[in-house]
Amino acid sequence: MAEKQLMQGNVAVAKGAIDAGCRYYFGYPITPQNDIPEYLSAALPAVGGVFVQAESELASINMVLGASAAGGLAMTSSSGPGISLMQEGLSYLAGSELPAVVVNITRSGPGLGGIAPTQGDYNQATKGGGHGDYRLIVLAPNSVQEMYDLAGEAFRLSYSYRNPAMILADAILGQMKEPVQLSIPVDPPGEGSWVLSGAKNRKPRLVKSLFLKDGEMTVHNLKLKEKYDQLKAKEVKVEVDCPPNCSLVLVSFGSCSRIVRTAVDRARKRGYPVGLVRPITLYPFPEAAVREAAENADRVLVVEMNTGQMVDDVKLACGNPGNVSFKGYPGGSVPTPEEIEAEIYGILEGGLQACQQ
Amino acid sequence: MSAIAEKKVFSTPQVLKDNVYHFCPGCHHGLVHRLAAEALDDYNLATSAVGVIGVGCGVFLYDYLAIDCCEAPHGRAPAVAAGIKRTNPGAFVFTYQGDGDLAAIGTSEIIHAANRGEQITVIFVNNSVYGMTGGQMAPTTLPGQKTTTTPAGRSPLNDGHPVNMAEIIAILPGTAYSARVSCHNLKGIRTARKAMHRAFQAQVEKRGFALIELLSACPTNWRMTPQQSLQRMEDEMIPAYPLGTYKDF
Repeated sequence: MAEKQLMQGNVAVAKGAIDAGCRYYFGYPITPQNDIPEYLSAALPAVGGVFVQAESELASINMVLGASAAGGLAMTSSSGPGISLMQEGLSYLAGSELPAVVVNITRSGPGLGGIAPTQGDYNQATKGGGHGDYRLIVLAPNSVQEMYDLAGEAFRLSYSYRNPAMILADAILGQMKEPVQLSIPVDPPGEGSWVLSGAKNRKPRLVKSLFLKDGEMTVHNLKLKEKYDQLKAKEVKVEVDCPPNCSLVLVSFGSCSRIVRTAVDRARKRGYPVGLVRPITLYPFPEAAVREAAENADRVLVVEMNTGQMVDDVKLACGNPGNVSFKGYPGGSVPTPEEIEAEIYGILEGGLQACQQ
Repeated sequence: MSAIAEKKVFSTPQVLKDNVYHFCPGCHHGLVHRLAAEALDDYNLATSAVGVIGVGCGVFLYDYLAIDCCEAPHGRAPAVAAGIKRTNPGAFVFTYQGDGDLAAIGTSEIIHAANRGEQITVIFVNNSVYGMTGGQMAPTTLPGQKTTTTPAGRSPLNDGHPVNMAEIIAILPGTAYSARVSCHNLKGIRTARKAMHRAFQAQVEKRGFALIELLSACPTNWRMTPQQSLQRMEDEMIPAYPLGTYKDF
């Protein structure tokens, strides 16, 4: 068993990437994720890897594309505005079927926004901020341990499915420190069938996303869809904790789910049968788990640190969207457990009185 | 019977595929492809080369050269090439870019790739117009030149000025080689062949970033015959884009 370390979230995701075999990082500074490039600028060369500070996020993501085409396990990281600039590259990565991992330590927005914790990039991440008919694999850690573990998982999924993957976190997860159980590092995988290394003793290879001939693009789109269907069938990750006779199930992801967890535990101590569903993969979204939990509860409450984004997916998954309530905390206004408790008691019989007892 | 002594004086480069070019009559892309193919053969690079293809008429380079290729988003070829070269320093990595790709949407990527001294070779085809999209103004369009988006001719007051990339790239410390050549006549092509080899040699010898700018004709979008186009290159393009080696190692 490898050692346990007290570690900051941003460092954990970077360390997790290296331990998963990542050797190539290209990035551009932006708050609140700067600990990632700062850590990797020393840590990657130490393991024979490459760190390049690019001139922009446009360049970063395209250097990642090149590194991936050349067979390297490559990643970049950024925050909202920088991730927006990377959407072009993400679309090309998906279209060219290249693996890559992008970490988004989100800011609030739109525009330059603020740097306080927020979950306003859910739609951009899960609905494809770039052009074309593609999906991004999106993982949402809720602890520093998961920042470390899901970095490795993101590379596994990205490489297995030849599709870019994103780790969607925020400044809470990026900045806070928690103990992390490290894994035994693995070597980078062998050369993939797409790798451009010079056509020696084989036919020339081509990495492309342009399909102009009649019907070609349809074939390509359907091939990509097959991968997305496989992801939905095999790679959904979700944490479900619903008691029997659950009267209210809460759905929350990422850092917000930690606060919701505390509120749920307190409500249970007061005798309320309250459940929690925490999507870990935001794409593929845990539709079945959400549906089952919703069907077994009277009401559903979605809590997000935005004005309402994942709630749409919850409503789509539920048989009865009318049962779904939403409470949002946008712009960096992180809720307290007490505030969420009040929401719980407000929905359940007894209302706020129970909270004030 | 005595053998007849034969000396081969001309042949198709081995790396060049036997495909019919999709280019318009009088276009110089085919010629530039051939010059690149000759340099690939002469430096024995066909089995280590990775071509990074920008968006434009040159995007189908992989149909004509039997090497590994990667498409890049518009303007981003130098960043993609840098990613490939940093990951596999043993590969010979070049980009093939037009003027819109390199001198408009991709100025950030080309300047910084040169400034970092990325060990890549850039083949820059300057025909002063957007070809693939149908003849719009390019950053390299000359003052007064009529295009589909400058119907009255490019007005520097409204549309800005032509961009001289070979000179700009040459002043950056990371650049090992920068030259501008022309495809308009045999003398120009012979010079272009030497420059193409030199731009390849820079990377083979790990000297730094190398760029070759090739002035080229686009008769279709210039609304000219191929013959008129060659004359225009001599009369108008070369005075605005002086030929020469701006930096050498």
